[in-house]
Amino acid sequence: MDIVVENLTKIYGNQRAVDNISFRVKAGEVLGFLGPNGAGKTTTMKAITTYLIPNQGDVKVGDYSIHKNPEEIKKIIGYLPESNPLYQEMPIIDYLKFVAELQGIEKSKIREKILEMVEICGLEGEKHKKIGELSKGYKQRVGLAQALIHDPEVLILDEPTSGLDPNQIVEIRELIKKIGRRKTVILSSHILAEVEATCDRIMIINRGKIVADGTAEELRRHAQGKEILRVTIEDGTSNDIFGKLKEIQSVEMVDIINQNANIFEVQSKVEQSSKRAVFKMCVSNHWTLTEMHSVETKLEDIFRELTLS
Amino acid sequence: MKQIWVISKRELQSFFDSLTAYIMLIAFLGFSGFFTWLFGSDVFFVKQASLQAFFGVAYWTLFFFIPALTMRQFAEENKTGTIELLLTRPVNDWQVVLGKFLATLLLIVIALLFTLPYYITVSSLGEVDHGAVISGYLGLILMSAAYISIGIFTSSISNNQIIGFLLALAIGIMFQFLFSFIASGAGGFVSEVLAFLSISTHFESISRGVIDSKDIIFFLSLIFMGLVSTEAVLQKNRT
Repeated sequence: MDIVVENLTKIYGNQRAVDNISFRVKAGEVLGFLGPNGAGKTTTMKAITTYLIPNQGDVKVGDYSIHKNPEEIKKIIGYLPESNPLYQEMPIIDYLKFVAELQGIEKSKIREKILEMVEICGLEGEKHKKIGELSKGYKQRVGLAQALIHDPEVLILDEPTSGLDPNQIVEIRELIKKIGRRKTVILSSHILAEVEATCDRIMIINRGKIVADGTAEELRRHAQGKEILRVTIEDGTSNDIFGKLKEIQSVEMVDIINQNANIFEVQSKVEQSSKRAVFKMCVSNHWTLTEMHSVETKLEDIFRELTLS
Repeated sequence: MKQIWVISKRELQSFFDSLTAYIMLIAFLGFSGFFTWLFGSDVFFVKQASLQAFFGVAYWTLFFFIPALTMRQFAEENKTGTIELLLTRPVNDWQVVLGKFLATLLLIVIALLFTLPYYITVSSLGEVDHGAVISGYLGLILMSAAYISIGIFTSSISNNQIIGFLLALAIGIMFQFLFSFIASGAGGFVSEVLAFLSISTHFESISRGVIDSKDIIFFLSLIFMGLVSTEAVLQKNRT
């Protein structure tokens, strides 16, 4: 089921938390929401779940609008809020039963559904405990179980791995991948590696606006218009090498990374490569080229570039 | 309707899980039993087979207990954020408000059911005005419902249970005796309005056995106002 966000605006006081953003998530797609804290990720997600009423704009999930058919949307959405709020005093099973009943699952199927969730989310050993007695990782699994119990077509996960230890993060990620195959998923995070590992598409928002949108590959290619080479050249003084490098026609900029070890970063002009020229320069000056590789722009760099400006 | 019941069931369960329900039941039965049978103007002191003493005590005990029951109903959900998960389920605000309201009302009804032995005992002591007993219970239920709707409202406006409790008590005090107290001194039109707003006026007339539509309408509109305000707060929190 497609999610279409149209001109969504949410204003708190005199701050525009979400500023007239529009995007579309195709059925079956996993979209990663990236952005610094306070960028508007959570606000956008809350609007999609019908919890927050936006000042302007609309969100459509399938054919349903958050303004006209919130009840219908609520039936097909599974939501895990950022802080994973749960009734601490309730046993897991009771809580899942409560959720299943509210979601309108048939009485005869509730038991079966609960057991299925317990199995998928790996809660078997803990199922009779109260939620308040669980560790953070297990609480997160209960959070996922409550979001999934009615087999929703759309999943909204707000920072599903925040506060977990590395092993738990991997487990939850695997779980999301597994269940996300047949669903439309929007998940937010500020861990770039996580979004890259779990999402088909990445969207970066900053100050309520979308600043980048595409696959990890596309974002990289976009940011990487210029070739950057890291080279180590031996047998020469760094000043000589620096001078010669700058003389190369295709080179725009040279950076000395380490003066003693003669490590440089060479940035070429747009759409040009300096690899061959660097090699030839070394040969003609009787220097030895011991290292040359192109530096890939990291998602982190793209993220910082886009969100710090 | 089904959704309301699902929510009520969970609320009621949480009253019993957290021992609140047991403490409330024991304290309520203790207080009302003590003053009905043992102390003050009890049944033996007035030498009448009537439950007036009980209704008077229950009127005050419930006044203090109800805010303690309702104070966490929304404040806790606001504080932990569970309200967000609840309202993103296929339920509307009204079903949530009514579910919580009914749960507390049901607990009060359970408490009142436990006092039926009082009635049986008194009726074995002498001739009881059965009509007055029934309308007395009706009065208690109506006034409880009114205070529950006020308590739920004050609980919804913040995430602090204590604020919910104190505010409910403060509003309650006005209806409980402040209005009638001022009315008795003021005189004229003001006095009439305040007397009409006083819960004690209406409760007394009902518990004496006179079921007047005026009293019923008063309680129902108070309940309605509390619930509508709560729904408005829920709505406002989402904009």
